[in-house]
Amino acid sequence: MATDPAIFSLAVQVGLVIASGLTLLAGYRVIKGPTVPDRVVALDTIATNVVAIAALYALQTGEGLFVTVSLVLAIIGFISTIAVSQYVIEGDIVK
Amino acid sequence: MNLVQEILITLLIAVGSFFLVVGTVGLIRLPDVYNRMHATSKATTLGSASLLLAGFVYYGPEGAGLTSLVGIIFLFLTAPTGAHMISRSAQKMGIEFFGDAEWPGDE
Repeated sequence: MATDPAIFSLAVQVGLVIASGLTLLAGYRVIKGPTVPDRVVALDTIATNVVAIAALYALQTGEGLFVTVSLVLAIIGFISTIAVSQYVIEGDIVK
Repeated sequence: MNLVQEILITLLIAVGSFFLVVGTVGLIRLPDVYNRMHATSKATTLGSASLLLAGFVYYGPEGAGLTSLVGIIFLFLTAPTGAHMISRSAQKMGIEFFGDAEWPGDE
């Protein structure tokens, strides 16, 4: 929106930079993490950060559709976490 | 968008970014998969929920704001479930605690 004061758009941009940097930092744990559940936790954190990035982008552009995008990304992250943790213990997802 | 909304959204973005920072620092610094899971599941869920609440304040109670509320409810339901599943798989894989902590009832 063109009428926004500088403080609001600045806050949104700072939040976007923080969330993006934290997503990259969580990649360190994905690469290094000593065990498989460490990597799953790190990927879950990345999924949550991407949800936050989508919500912030909805605030920056004023497009309400990106809130729906963040909700769909949250659903995908939850399902992938459940699937990977099931695969790790059972060796099979659909029994 | 009036002044109260802008101040509220800025505060919620600050709180959400703080919790995201806490969660990722805990993910990198803590010594154990169970500790890391505690840090990320609580802190990043509160962070993302706070940012979605900022979206609710921005869009109002209809349309995208309602979707934000549904997203908050979904995050609060699914993040503890996912953390529980990961910790159960870690325990079944036989991953030990950091230090000399033990499972209760384990002799």
